[in-house]
Parts: sequence; structure tokens; C-alpha cells
Amino acid sequence: MLLEIKNLHANVEGTEILKGINLKVNAGEVHAIMGPNGSGKSTLASVLAGKEEYEVTQGEVLYNGKNLLELSTEDRAREGVFLAFQYPVEIPGVSNTNLLKTAVNEIRKYRGEEELDSMDFLSLLKEKSKLVELDSKFLSRAVNEGFSGGEKKRNEIFQMAVLNPTLAILDETDSGLDIDALRIVANGVNKLKTKENATIVVTHYQRLLDYIIPDYVHVLYKGKIVKSGGKELAIELEEKGYDWVKSDKAEAVV
Amino acid sequence: MSTTETQKIEELANKEYKFGFVTDIEADTIPKGLNENVIRQLSAKKQEPEWMTEWRLKAYRHWLTMEEPKWPNVKYPPVDYQDISYYSAPKRKPALKSLDEVDPELLDTYKKLGISLDEQKMLAGVAVDAVFDSVSVATTFKSKLNEMGIIFCSFSEAVREHPELVKKYLGSVVPYTDNYYATLNSAVFSDGSFVYIPKGVRCPMELSTYFRINAANTGQFERTLIIADDNAYVSYLEGCTAPMRDENQLHAAVVELVALENSQIKYSTVQNWYPGDKDGKGGIYNFVTKRGACRGTNSKISWTQVETGSAITWKYPSCILQGDNSIGEFYSVAVTNNMQQADTGTKMIHLGKNTRSTIVSKGISAGRSNNSYRGLVKIGKKAEGARNFSQCDSLLLGDKCGAHTFPYLEINNPTAQVEHEATTSKIGEDQIFYLNQRGISTEDAVSLIVNGYCKEVFKELPMEFAVEAQKLLSISLEGSVG
Ligand SMILES: Nc1ncnc2c1ncn2[C@@H]1O[C@H](COP(=O)(O)OP(=O)(O)OP(=O)(O)O)[C@@H](O)[C@H]1O
Ligand SMILES: [Mg+2]
Repeated sequence: MLLEIKNLHANVEGTEILKGINLKVNAGEVHAIMGPNGSGKSTLASVLAGKEEYEVTQGEVLYNGKNLLELSTEDRAREGVFLAFQYPVEIPGVSNTNLLKTAVNEIRKYRGEEELDSMDFLSLLKEKSKLVELDSKFLSRAVNEGFSGGEKKRNEIFQMAVLNPTLAILDETDSGLDIDALRIVANGVNKLKTKENATIVVTHYQRLLDYIIPDYVHVLYKGKIVKSGGKELAIELEEKGYDWVKSDKAEAVV
Repeated sequence: MSTTETQKIEELANKEYKFGFVTDIEADTIPKGLNENVIRQLSAKKQEPEWMTEWRLKAYRHWLTMEEPKWPNVKYPPVDYQDISYYSAPKRKPALKSLDEVDPELLDTYKKLGISLDEQKMLAGVAVDAVFDSVSVATTFKSKLNEMGIIFCSFSEAVREHPELVKKYLGSVVPYTDNYYATLNSAVFSDGSFVYIPKGVRCPMELSTYFRINAANTGQFERTLIIADDNAYVSYLEGCTAPMRDENQLHAAVVELVALENSQIKYSTVQNWYPGDKDGKGGIYNFVTKRGACRGTNSKISWTQVETGSAITWKYPSCILQGDNSIGEFYSVAVTNNMQQADTGTKMIHLGKNTRSTIVSKGISAGRSNNSYRGLVKIGKKAEGARNFSQCDSLLLGDKCGAHTFPYLEINNPTAQVEHEATTSKIGEDQIFYLNQRGISTEDAVSLIVNGYCKEVFKELPMEFAVEAQKLLSISLEGSVG
């Protein structure tokens, strides 16, 4: 098993946001997490990535058999956890290329691999930018600075492509993307899919799941997974909204 | 910044200064104290002509009438000027022809710093006049420069070999009455560099000097004079780093630049003196007067500085834009960490018509440090059409440090155009988290952000210097963050 979340509870500023999450993800799988605004989807993603302001009060997370919660944020990333942010931050003065070069080499160092030289690195960038059809001018621009909403999202997937994670968590990567961009980004994600890695996509819309076909769909509501199912669950949600799962939540299955 | 982030920053602040070591070279030192006799002795040791001795004495007598300035936004215990030895020179005073003759201890010191002369020699186009303590001990590339009529030598040598040039320009930009520290320097200056680029000559290589402060308790009083004659060009690099020690060391240098018609002087500094331990103990006091005069029409002077060291920095590289259409530029990165204090900035004095100046100042404060920018833009009555653009940015790391901006404007001509922009920002926790999530440690993340923030200044530095500057920036913020 790649990821196992057991009874995960987490607080932010004293308020409990995650109230006992259970989730198992195997290598090769795609999981979709849906749920109303404020239900805790991004919080779950941040806790998995290691954001310090979220305090885990109960439960555990195993990643490749290791206790994920014990690792620093950067070590989780070096172990192959990638988070495509819902709101990617701007980092003025730091070019995309520079960020990725540092990131790639830090990850390689951690894994005991040799650093990439500039030539190899640039050809890696070229190859991956084609995958998400990212214009090369974005490589030299400062990270996310002045990027449009959709460009930021595409850039997140570009970074994912370069870093080649084992567990990718995409937090509403589809929101803000136009129809063509959505297809391109989804295709990119599909091309990166292997038997060894897994993807968790957080989304509000069934549309994305037409492109990235999930093996499982989970509904997160008030800090708990209240319903899980196959890809048809997403279609049902699209039609009926969340009310029926809310009232249904007594029968929550995990 | 969250408390955990701040804690991390504080933990990192406990690292030690990387370049802290003392070289054991016997020094020939005049006993501590300052009086006319000491000045005569010093002048005699340097075999100076009578006019030089007299100039020093005039300065000394004037200094006695002056009071130490209190206005910079810095605090430090009073300096005991009688407790300083005003002359120190390596005992073996060799006339060196090659590196083999240099004291191996010294070479070793350079090697520890990663700036061995061997390396320097190989660095394409860099002539190195290595100033060790107060006396030059090695000079390279000299003959090539000689062929072009370029003079690049120690100040002492210039006094002996080129007295007419020294007499003409010494004190012409920074008079011996200028300010407390400059006047003290005029009385007791030890050595430094002298550069003269003759008419129409473009100096083909970066001229570079590495200064080191070495003998304990020796105040450093460097004196540098650079003259670019009509249509000449020179790029000069000054870099330094000093060994760790316990007592505060006073450094009061004077740099004078003279740019004649159509000439250009580019002066770049990377300053990395010992800043003191995390409580500020033992750091260097750096009170420097740097000023350039654009005397000729269409002349240009650019100051680029990266200031990472010293316990206290008090420094305002300035330009006097006398010639019509002359240009002054100031690009600065000043980093303060732990207990460091910096009060730095520039003065742009517009006197000629259509003179232009640009100021880009990037202050970075970390730890409990204080970083002040103080800039004066003065437009004279006759400076028709003068323009200035100033940009002063401050970046704060942590929440115990301070940044202050004091822009002064004096505009006496209505046609002047003056623009000032200022920003203060903090490194955001969400930026750090984003970079952490990409596998980058907090230290490296801060280093990336800070280097990005300073890019506008770094791009003004010559290539090899820019690399060194980035390294120093990382080392000096390592104490706090990156
Ligand atoms: N730093 C914080 N301080 C206070 N409350 C927070 C913080 N972070 C999250 N919350 C709260 O936690 C709850 C869950 O937020 P989260 O961002 O995880 O929701 P979400 O499911 O991702 O919603 P959306 O679909 O709108 O993105 C919200 O009520 C939010 O206001
Ligand atoms: Mg969210």
C-alpha cells in the first residue's frame, strides 16, 4: 500500500477540521475527493504535505510503510509527495527554472543520486514543458508572479511533471482552467500515470473526471469521508448535489 | 511569520561565522596611541616625502577640533582612539615577483577563503593587488597594465612614484576636513590602492583588491584613489573578509574617484567583515567615506555594493555630478543579521545640466538587526533637467529586526524630475511552505528568495563577483535563515 490514513484528526487554531479520516491508496490508483466548500479537502492536502499550522491530534499516516507525519515537509517532498496547490503563491525574483533546478537536485541528493548538470536539466524541462504545452517563456519568469489563474494551475502540473512524484495531490487544479487547458492538463496527468504512482484529485466537478478517470470517489463532509464509491458516484453527485450524502451520512462507508 | 518559523530562524542563527580564523604572520607594529609623533613615525616608516607628512599633520590637527558624529541610526560603545595601533606591516617585506615568494601562511588564508591567488591568477582578466593588512605583498598583471600606461599600485608606491598625480587629486573629492572618520583617515591612512587610467584607455581587465584585516587591534585606514582621465574606462572590484576576533576593530577607509570627460568608473564592493558573534561582540566597525566626482561632461560613476559583514556599517558612497550630462548610479544590497547595524545609502549631488542618477537599494534584515537606508538627492540651482530615480526596498526575516528608510530631497531647480519608490516586505510563510513542498529546505528557500530579491543589484556586478556575492549572502544569512 502506498498511502494509509487512519483516523486522522487535525486542528487549526484550536478548531477541529479533520475529524477522523480513513483512506487507503494503492500504487497505480486514482482517487477523487469531492465535497462542499469548507469541508476540509485542502486541509487534508496540507496536513499530508506537512503544513505546520495544522496540528494532528489523533491518528496516523503511513506512506510506503513510513510514518509520514514524522517527516519534515521537504523530506516528504523528497520521498515523492507532491501537492499541486489550490492557490499557488507568487515568489517574486525566483524563476521557475531556478526553483525547479534547486528542487530536482535536492531530491536527487536525498536519494543519493548525482545532481543533474545544466544541459540534462534543461532538456528535462523542455520535455516536460511539452507535456503540458507550457510556453517556454514561463520557464524564465518568476514563479507564478503575474500568472493568470489558469497559468498558475498549468504551472503546478508542469512542476509535477518535472519532479515526477509517487503520490500527487491535485487540489482543485481544474478550477480556473479553460476547456482546452483542462484537456491538456488532464492529458499531462494521465501521461504521468504509472503502476508505481498514485494521484489524489480534489475537485468540485465531474468534468475533470471525464478526463482523469478515478478508480474511487470519496465525499468529504465536515471533516469526515461520508461516502465512497466508484466513478459513477461523481456523476450522481453532479446530478443530485450534496444534500443526499449529508442526510445519508449515518451510513458512511470507508 | 509563525512562531515555529521564527524559532527555526533563531536556531539557525546560532551557526558560526565561516571565515573565522587568524593568520599568524609576524607584524611590525607601532605601539598603540595617537599623537603627532606617531604620525611622523608612520610617515617615516613609509618613506613618505615631506608634503605627505605635512598633509597628514594638517588633517590630524583638524581632527582634534572635531566631534564624533552621533546622528547615524546606530549604537556602539565609544571608540578609544588611543587604544589603537596605527601601523602594522608584515615583517618580511618582500618585493615579490611570483606567488612562490608569498608567505605560505597567507596563501593558506586565501585558500581557506576560496580566493587563492593561484585561482585569481587564472581567473581570466583579473589583476590582483592583494593588500594584506596595510602593505601590498603581491601584485600581478602589472607589466601588462604598464604597457598601456595604466597605473595600478599601492597607495604608498603612488606617493613615491607618482607624486604629481597624488598631489593633484588626493583630497580633491574628500577633503581632509570632510568628516570625523575621513579626517582621521587622512591623518593616519596606512595604505590602499591607486589607479590612474590615461586618456582614451579602456582598462582591459577588472582591477581587484582583496583587503584583509589581520593584526589584532590594528585599525584599518585604507585610502584609495582612482582617476579615469578623458575617455577612459575602468572597473574596480573591492572585496574583503576578516578573521574572527574578540575586540571591535575600527575601519575607516576613504575612497575617492575622479571621472574626467566621457570617462566611466565602475566600483564594485563585496564586504564581508566579521559581524561579531550572535550578541554582536567582536565585530568590525566600518565607517567609510566613499565619494566620486563626475568632473567631466558625459562622465559616469557607478557604485555597486554588497554589504554583508561588519558589526556596524556607516557608509554612503556618493556621486557629485558636476559635468553636464554626467551619470551617477548606486546599487546596493545591505544585509544585517543578529545584532548587526547598518546605516548606509548614498548621496547624489546634481550640479551640472541634464545630470541623471539612479539609486537601487535592497536592505535585508534578520535576527535582531537594524538596517537603515539614508539617501540624499540634491539638485543644484544650475542643474537644469536633472533626473533621479530611487528605489528602496526592505526585506524583513523574522519579527525582531528593523528596517528604516530616510530619504532626503533638496531640490533647487524646478525642472528637476525626482521619483522615489519604497517597499517593505516579509518573506511569507506560505512562500517557504511552497518551496519546502518542492523538496527545498527552509535555508535554501530563503536563499532563493533573497537572491531573487537582490537580482537587480547582482546583475550590475561583474560575473565572477556576482557568484561570490551570492555565496556570501547565503553564508551571512545562514546565521538566520538561508
Ligand atoms: N488557517 C486557518 N485558520 C482558520 N480556519 C481555517 C484555516 N484553514 C482552514 N480553515 C477552515 O477549515 C475549514 C476547511 O477548510 P478547507 O480549506 O480545508 O476546505 P475545502 O474543503 O478545501 O474547501 P474549498 O472547496 O472551498 O476549497 C474551513 O471552514 C476553513 O475556514
Ligand atoms: Mg480547498
